[in-house]
Amino acid sequence: MATLEIRDLHVSVEAEGGPREILKGVDLTVKQGETHAIMGPNGSGKSTLAYSLAGHPKYTVTGGQVLLDGEDVLEMSVDERARAGLFLAMQYPVEVPGVSVSNFLRTAATAVRGEAPKLRLWVKEVKEAMAALQMDPAFAERNVNEGFSGGEKKRHEILQLELLKPKVAILDETDSGLDVDALRVVSEGINRVRSTGEVGTLLVTHYTRILRYIKPDYVHVFASGRIVESGGAELADKLEEEGYESYVKGGASE
Amino acid sequence: MAEQNTPGSTTAGSIEVGTAGAGEQLAGPGTGRDTVRQPIDARVAVKPSFDVNDFPVPTGREEDWRFTPLHRLGGLHDGNAAEGAVRDGAGSDKIELGLPEGVTSELVGREDARVGKAGTPVDRVAAQAFSAFEQALVVTVPKETVLTEPVRIDVHGEGGVRFAHLVIEVKPFAEAVVVLNHTGTGTRAANVDLLVGDGAKLTFVSVQDWERDAVHVAQQNALVGRDATFKSVVVTFGGDVVRLHPRVNYAAPGGEAELFGLYFADAGQHLEHRLVIDHDTPHCRSNVAYKGALQGQDAHAVWIGDVLIRAAALGTDTYELNRNLVLTDGARVDSVPNLEIETGEIVGAGHASATGRFDDEQLFYLQSRGVPADEARRLVVRGFFAELVQQIGVAEIQDRLLEKIEAELEETVA
Repeated sequence: MATLEIRDLHVSVEAEGGPREILKGVDLTVKQGETHAIMGPNGSGKSTLAYSLAGHPKYTVTGGQVLLDGEDVLEMSVDERARAGLFLAMQYPVEVPGVSVSNFLRTAATAVRGEAPKLRLWVKEVKEAMAALQMDPAFAERNVNEGFSGGEKKRHEILQLELLKPKVAILDETDSGLDVDALRVVSEGINRVRSTGEVGTLLVTHYTRILRYIKPDYVHVFASGRIVESGGAELADKLEEEGYESYVKGGASE
Repeated sequence: MAEQNTPGSTTAGSIEVGTAGAGEQLAGPGTGRDTVRQPIDARVAVKPSFDVNDFPVPTGREEDWRFTPLHRLGGLHDGNAAEGAVRDGAGSDKIELGLPEGVTSELVGREDARVGKAGTPVDRVAAQAFSAFEQALVVTVPKETVLTEPVRIDVHGEGGVRFAHLVIEVKPFAEAVVVLNHTGTGTRAANVDLLVGDGAKLTFVSVQDWERDAVHVAQQNALVGRDATFKSVVVTFGGDVVRLHPRVNYAAPGGEAELFGLYFADAGQHLEHRLVIDHDTPHCRSNVAYKGALQGQDAHAVWIGDVLIRAAALGTDTYELNRNLVLTDGARVDSVPNLEIETGEIVGAGHASATGRFDDEQLFYLQSRGVPADEARRLVVRGFFAELVQQIGVAEIQDRLLEKIEAELEETVA
């Protein structure tokens, strides 16, 4: 069973006046089939956690360990992490001019699966996944994220999640900027992947709204660069009512 | 890439705006101007001329020569190439023509009225080519003939010095795609006249697929007729020094010109494209988009885009864009768009220039989907060019270009 272990993770970014520590000792274990919600106020470092796990060059790991099935993730390049089974759905997916969605998806699937998917099966697979996410087939011929609406970008991220079938999916604020209909469609997509029982999900979010559609097994409150409280789904209800104030007070946040 | 300058970009440019009917500018002491008016061509010290002797030998300090490595031109600029050709005999090239039915070709002398009709040499090398060529090749597409396959002109340089002149005349309401393909090597100076008749459509593709040591300097003049459509596609991959002057003039109102360019400069290569669009006729349009990639020590690309909108050119609509993608350290780009406007009564005029490195966020996005770094880089470069290739509108040409880009990427981007 695939397991992602994060142990005492410390991460810094370059800032004016030298490196600034954002993550100050994160401990978390995500197992296949589990869904963990990471919730926290703006600036708490939850997106930094997501991008550090994916290996974004902006972040420097200064301490701790990340293991995927015992393998040292921090030693891997960005693409090696993806091929090992990590997936990051981004809050702000990047435009890649001149690269069509269909070309991009096939290139990614070929890389992650280690061989080019058989064309006929692949076309069917993509078509079905797009239909399930209520995406227009013409979408496949557009350039990656170019001129996409906020909702289209998120659907495109979840489409990749469905096609690439990672062991651990990190979803960074996938709910932000979505109207209720789009949120429902995207959540259903995530739930389809979860229902296979083969993916561990790390759901990073500011709001509890998405948790009405996606029931987490665990909820973690993130503040000042670490997890300050963990609990079950009921913790989200408490956050819904009380907000993050009690975690931010007392100089916990910068 | 977004329509803005990416971080670390370099741009240069100038815009001058005058007002229709505002009268002559004052000149003289106290005005800050030495001369009245300064049209774009006047920044070049010498008036256009067919006679090489009207041009002094450039020193490299002139505005129009300052980016060009004169010592690598094989003497095209100072008479040595021409003298050598006379003394030792000219070099040779092999020209193969692929003419669809109805299209004719002939060889004529420089006294033929069509030779030089689309434009006059603007620098010493072009004038040298005009003064020294033996016979001009004229390809004619008859009136109202709509070609279904391209005209092919394959030039294979076999070394030595060549001076050439080519005329392509597309008669009224005819439609043609002409592909001029350069391979092989040698030192070549040439002029091209592209005569686009009233209501005609010409797509002219000039491919510089030279061997690494070739020198190629050419002026490509288009004269666009009433309601005619001209499309220029310039693709420069090979050569040691390539310096091209695509220029557009309008013979009558309603003309439309699109100029697309792609170049890929490797270590040590100098690839220079100097465009001039002279809007002196009302209600004409122009659109320029040039994109280049550079990699390796002393890879050098120069792009000059001069657009002049003269007082008479009411209703002009023009835009020009240059983008450069620098793949490694050690490469250099000079990109200078110039827009000079003498009337405010126009539809639109704009320009953009940006030179940037690889977008790290794009690479991260692709890599985060499992795509290895080198393949991600190729995907980004391919995409960078594909965006332009998609606009060419001739499927066969597009496919060939993408293949060419692919081959270049396989060889070089790792």
